[in-house]
Amino acid sequence: MYPSLSGFPLRPSRVHEVCGAGATTFAAICAAQDSGPVLWVRPAWSVEILNPQGLCRFFDPARLLLAQAPSHEDALAVTEEALRDGSVPLVITEITRPLDLRQGRRLQLAAKAGGTTGLCLIPEGMGSNAAETRWRVSPCAAPLSMDSTRMRWEIIKNKSGTPENWEVLWDDTTNRLHVVSPARVGSGSSGAPG
Amino acid sequence: MWFPRLASDRVLRARPVDGPFALTLRQANAERLHCLNAAAEAEGLHRAMALADARAFCPGLLSAPADPAREARFLETLRRWALRYCPWVGVDGPDGLVLDVSGASHLHGGEAAMMRDMETRAARAGLALRCGLADTRGAAWALARHAPGIAPSGETRAALGPLPIAALRLDAGTVIALQRLGLRHIVDLAAAPRAPLARRFGREALARLDQALGHLPEPVTPRKEPPHYATRLSLPEPIGRSEDVMEGTARLLARLCETLAKHETGARRLELALRRTDGDDQRVELRLAAPMRDPARILPLFARGIEAADAGFGIDQLRLEATQVDALPARQIGGPQRIAGQGDGAGSFGIDDLVTRIGSRIGLDNIQRYLPADSHLPECAFNVAPAAFSPPDSGWAPPRPRPLRLFPPEPVTADGPAPPNRFKWRAMPLETLATNGPERIAPEWWLPENPGPAATCHRGARDYWQVQTRQGRRLWLFHTPQLPAWFVQGEFP
Repeated sequence: MYPSLSGFPLRPSRVHEVCGAGATTFAAICAAQDSGPVLWVRPAWSVEILNPQGLCRFFDPARLLLAQAPSHEDALAVTEEALRDGSVPLVITEITRPLDLRQGRRLQLAAKAGGTTGLCLIPEGMGSNAAETRWRVSPCAAPLSMDSTRMRWEIIKNKSGTPENWEVLWDDTTNRLHVVSPARVGSGSSGAPG
Repeated sequence: MWFPRLASDRVLRARPVDGPFALTLRQANAERLHCLNAAAEAEGLHRAMALADARAFCPGLLSAPADPAREARFLETLRRWALRYCPWVGVDGPDGLVLDVSGASHLHGGEAAMMRDMETRAARAGLALRCGLADTRGAAWALARHAPGIAPSGETRAALGPLPIAALRLDAGTVIALQRLGLRHIVDLAAAPRAPLARRFGREALARLDQALGHLPEPVTPRKEPPHYATRLSLPEPIGRSEDVMEGTARLLARLCETLAKHETGARRLELALRRTDGDDQRVELRLAAPMRDPARILPLFARGIEAADAGFGIDQLRLEATQVDALPARQIGGPQRIAGQGDGAGSFGIDDLVTRIGSRIGLDNIQRYLPADSHLPECAFNVAPAAFSPPDSGWAPPRPRPLRLFPPEPVTADGPAPPNRFKWRAMPLETLATNGPERIAPEWWLPENPGPAATCHRGARDYWQVQTRQGRRLWLFHTPQLPAWFVQGEFP
C-alpha cells in the first residue's frame, strides 16, 4: 500500500511499539488502514480523554471499543486475551510501565496465535525487546498550512529491516498518508526508500 | 379465599405490634387508612378514614405507609402457596384468591376439611383468612365476605338469599339505589321482575346476579407461571476437578439453553452455585455481553470462574440459574439482517464473546464505546456507554477539526486576548509559529446543570485557538475573557 514506507502498514500477527508525542496519531492511522473493529485498552486512571471527534478524522469511532483497565496487569491481560481471540484485528494498548521481556514475548505469542496486530503506545524507552518494530513519531512544524498533520516517523527498532525515517502527512480527503520527504538527517541508515 | 387484612398482616408478620395499627395510603392529597388490624377495628376505625381523624379517635394508633406493589407481590406468593390445593388458582382483586377446587377437594379430605386446613395454615402464618365455597365464583365471593362457609352443591340460591345486595360485587352507587327501592337482600333482587331492573340499572346488576347464581359462566383464569430459568444437578459422590465441574456445567447448560430456546430468550447474566460437602457455597457469576443461548459458546466463558472456585472437600450439587434474561428471537443464520458497524454475523458473535471474557476480568461496564452527543462543548460532545448495552452509532461530524487528545485544562502563563508568542507547558518552553482562531464556545446556559467538568464550565465563554509551535506540537489553547487566563486543553494530530 505504501511502497515508500518499509514496515508500514504494520506487519500482521506481530506486536509493535510506538513512542513519542505523536503516538496516538500513529495508532489512529494504523486503525484507518483496515475496516474491522479496534480495541483500545486504556488505563482507567488516566485523565486524558481520547477524543472521538478527533479520531473521526482518521476512522469511524463506531469501530472503536474502549477497555478501561483498572491496573497495568489487567491492561496486559486484556490485551493478551484480545490478541489471542482474533476477532479484533487491531489491539492498541497504552502502556504505563516498562514491559519486561516475558510480558512482551507473551503478547507476541498471543498475536501470532490469533493472527492479530498489536500496537503498544509506550512512554519513551519503556519498550520490550520482543517488539517487532518500534517507532518514534513526533509532530513537526509546517509553517505554510495550519491544518497540516506533518510528522516525523522514525523506525528505531526493526527486527526484519533497517531503522529509517520519513516525514509524512495525513490527507483527510483521500484518507491516505503522503510521504513528504525521505530521510534527510537520519540517525540510522540513509537508504532512500521507495 | 379472602384476606380481609392482607396489607396490615403482611407488615405485622415482620414486626408484630400490640394494639391498634393501620397502614396509610396517600389518596387525593390526604393520608387515609388503607388497612387496619383487628384491634384498630375494635376501636371503631374504618378504612378510608383520614389519618388525622383516626388519631383523634384513637390516640394510641400506630401507623406505617402502605406499599401496594409489595402487597401485590405478597398476594402472588400466596397464590403460589394456594397451588397446593388445586392447579387452578387466580388472583381476585387486591386481597383475594379464587380457587377452582372441583375434583381436588377429596385429596384433602373433603371440602370442609380442606377449608379448615386453609384457615389453620393461614392463621399459623399470621394472616386473617375467610373462605367461602360455592358452586359459582360469584357465590363463593359473596360467602367469603359476608357469611364464611360452604354452600352445598345445588343450594346456591338458598345460601345466597339472605345475604345483602353488596355481596353481588356491584358498585356502591347501584347498591344504594337498590336499597332505596327496598331490595335489600339477594333473594329480593332475584324475585324482582328483570326487565325494569335492566332498564334502570343496566345489564351489570343482573349479570352479577346471574353469575352468582350460575346462570352465566365465570371461569377461573389461573395466571401463567413465569418461565423458570434454573437447573440443578445433584451428584452421588462429591467432585473436585475443574474438568468434572465443567462437564457438569455443560449438562446443566444444555438443559437451561433448551428452556431459553423455548421461550425465545437469551441469558444475560448467569449464576452457577457450587454447593460443597461442608455446606459452603461457591458462586460463579457470568455477565454476558449479549443475550446468548448457545451452550457451546457460553461454556468456555465459565472456564475462568470455575478455575478460581475453591472446591474444598468436594462439590456435590451444581445449580445454574439465568438471573437475567433478554428477548432473543430465533434468527436465520447468514440472513441479510446484520447489525450495522459490527461486520457480518459471525464476526460480531466473536466480539461479543471476547467482550464477555474481558468483562469478566475488568467488569463489563468498563468496555465502552463512544456515542455522539449533541453539544458544542468539546468534552460533552460524546457519551461513553458500555459496549454490551448500546449499539454503535455513527454520525460524527465535528464543525471544525478537533484535537485527538483532550486533557483537563492546564494553565499556561500568558496575558491578553491574543495567543502568547512564547509559553511554557508541561515544563517545555514552546514558541508559537502560527495560530488559527479564535473559535468561541459558550457554556450551555439552557441546561440547568452542566454535565461537563465543572472546573471548565464556570468560567463562562472560551475562545479556542489552534497553535502550531515551532517545536512541532500542535496544541489547543483557550482563553477565558471573563476571568482572563490561558489554558491548554488538547493536542492535535
